[in-house]
Amino acid sequence: MPVLWLFLIVLAVAILGYLLGRARALSAAPEGRRGLHSLPVYYGANVALKVLVPALGILILWLLVQPFVIDRAVSGTIPDSDIAEGASRGLVMSEVARVADGVKAAVGAGTMPAAMAADPSPDLEAVTQALKDAGQVVTGDVTQTVFAAAQKYNAMAAQGGLYMTILVLLAAAAGCVMGLHEAKPDFRARNVVEKGIRALLIAAASIAILTTVGIVLSLIFNTVEFFRLYPASQFFFSLEWAPSFSGRGGASELGILPLLWGTLYISFVALAVAVPIGLFAAIYLSEYASPRLRAVAKPLLEVLAGIPTIVYGLFALLTVGPLLVSVFGDGGYLGVSWQGGGRAVMTAGLVMGIMLIPFVSSLSDDIINAVPQAMRDGSYGLGATQSETIKQVVLPAALPGIVGAILLAASRAIGETMIVVLGAGAAARLSLNPFEAMTTVTAKIVSQLTGDSDFASPEALVAFALGMSLFVITLGLNVVALAIVRKYREQYD
Amino acid sequence: MNDMRIIERGTLVNDIKISAKGVQVYYADNHAIKDVDVEIEDKTVTAFIGPSGCGKSTFLRCLNRMNDTIDICRVEGHIAIDGQDIYDPQVDPVQLRAKVGMVFQKPNPFPKSIYDNIAYGPRIHGLARNKAELDEIVEKSLRRGAIWDEVKDRLDAPGTSLSGGQQQRLCIARAVATEPEVLLMDEPCSALDPIATSQVEELIDELRQSFSVVIVTHSMQQAARVSQKTAFFHLGNLVEYGETGKIFTNPEDSRTESYITGRIG
Repeated sequence: MPVLWLFLIVLAVAILGYLLGRARALSAAPEGRRGLHSLPVYYGANVALKVLVPALGILILWLLVQPFVIDRAVSGTIPDSDIAEGASRGLVMSEVARVADGVKAAVGAGTMPAAMAADPSPDLEAVTQALKDAGQVVTGDVTQTVFAAAQKYNAMAAQGGLYMTILVLLAAAAGCVMGLHEAKPDFRARNVVEKGIRALLIAAASIAILTTVGIVLSLIFNTVEFFRLYPASQFFFSLEWAPSFSGRGGASELGILPLLWGTLYISFVALAVAVPIGLFAAIYLSEYASPRLRAVAKPLLEVLAGIPTIVYGLFALLTVGPLLVSVFGDGGYLGVSWQGGGRAVMTAGLVMGIMLIPFVSSLSDDIINAVPQAMRDGSYGLGATQSETIKQVVLPAALPGIVGAILLAASRAIGETMIVVLGAGAAARLSLNPFEAMTTVTAKIVSQLTGDSDFASPEALVAFALGMSLFVITLGLNVVALAIVRKYREQYD
Repeated sequence: MNDMRIIERGTLVNDIKISAKGVQVYYADNHAIKDVDVEIEDKTVTAFIGPSGCGKSTFLRCLNRMNDTIDICRVEGHIAIDGQDIYDPQVDPVQLRAKVGMVFQKPNPFPKSIYDNIAYGPRIHGLARNKAELDEIVEKSLRRGAIWDEVKDRLDAPGTSLSGGQQQRLCIARAVATEPEVLLMDEPCSALDPIATSQVEELIDELRQSFSVVIVTHSMQQAARVSQKTAFFHLGNLVEYGETGKIFTNPEDSRTESYITGRIG
């Protein structure tokens, strides 16, 4: 039975249980609603919970575990002699899984008779042809071993599916009966339901956290794998980034420093653009602008934050780059030839700065607004002008929050990819000239993983080490930001 | 009330510091102050009393043009300090506020050190030529704010680290530091406990030596304790204005009597 149907049946049982539970609770109370501990809906919800939680729990667990169990069992039946030279057991297993799926689909599509699918020693050419007719991807000829394994695979999957269906339905029914049995006036259904809701909230929160942990773990494992293939000292201290994809092994120079330098340089330019402009915009919006103007201007500014970064990248490539070249390039207005091409640190930095303006301004604006009016009144009452008040009272009071906003913007700048790819070029270079093309950690992660990459080579695995380094840097920034905000936060009430 | 004080008060006659004539205040369409005439004396504590929303705080904020910071507020009429119309276009409200200090309902120390809180006004107005002079002003102001002994060892501590009563005295010292001529206090004790309140009240009585003090208060006892003159506001009207002793013992208007005996308000 397809999982969707099973799920719908469980859901139907839950709804039925809800209605029955409510009705039963009502009829069990001799003096009506007042005699019940909880509102009738809670008795219904209790039944529904008792149906859904165990049944769906079993369903999900089974679906997660079954592939592993089958994989292991089937993989054990393949003799070592049938594994081709250079291939691994995993490779054969993935072919088995593909054939198993293919056979199922081919039988469903009618190109393969059911008898052939069950035949222990069929005509393998016919099988391959039938699979191809059904539109399945077949890499080579299906061998006898693979076909037998696929048959076992399908058989086990079908058996597992049957057991799962029975177990889930039993659990649903048992839950329903138990919930209905509990629907008595003195049962504290409300407390039970509220506990259930709390568990739901905890589950939602832990999914977010567990995902983060999972991401970090996958980064760590691959990073460790990379350092096994490539010396860490060279990764961290080499001044050169020159991966070679043709001559695999030994020929690549994978130093992070040029990339890190590019990242920090571009981020620095971006922040040098975004922080003053964003901060001044925030001060104007929160202190000087009339409410009417603010209501229009603030959302407009925030629209900048909604533009996809690839569009900024195009802007950098097509507009800002050529513009900069026409000023700083050979034969430009300034008569200097600092800039060779449109792609440069300056191009990417300027555009990224524009992208960051709304982050700085919008957050700072909220923070400045949160400074209590009493603070301003106190300053005005001493004969301070508006700008003195802002400079000496409002900004110091808002400073921790503003620093937090700036560090947040910095994290964004360091993690930005598309603008760099299009605006700063792809040359990894250690240079002080902001009009030269450079590249960043993120841009290189993309280029190392796109295309046909072999995940066992250091050239591809380096992406994880780069990602890990970036993660550590931004994490450090965020920790510092939080610490600053916490340390200097003034308590207003 | 205290008869001793009434006799004492009767002997005092001072110059007129602030004179208000026909003052009207509107918040958008709401007529908050209706035709108020009042003359406030120098070196005197004048109390504004009245039920909530009667306009006493609004009127107080007219005296240093703090209402200018509220967009929808409109002030009409004539208010003069030392004969100079403070709503004259030539008068800079910023300069005026240096002359007319204000202490607010809730203590609002700046997020700076105690020293910098006091030095804020003198620095803005250039009252000190060097650090030594500034130190002197800070110490003098803290002494006048009756808080010097408590904070002299920790002038670098943030102003917000003080207790509520200390914060309010710090704010008073801060207002005093700019050498104002008039000190406006908007319910300065409403956020304080009784001990802190009595300290601030003592301080107000001392400040009378140098300033004209106008205090808005909800507490009639406080008005009776600290003020020489009392004005009773009701629904935006100035109902009665006179010697504190007289207002509290023998009011002319029946509304005043109802208020001070607790029948309205």
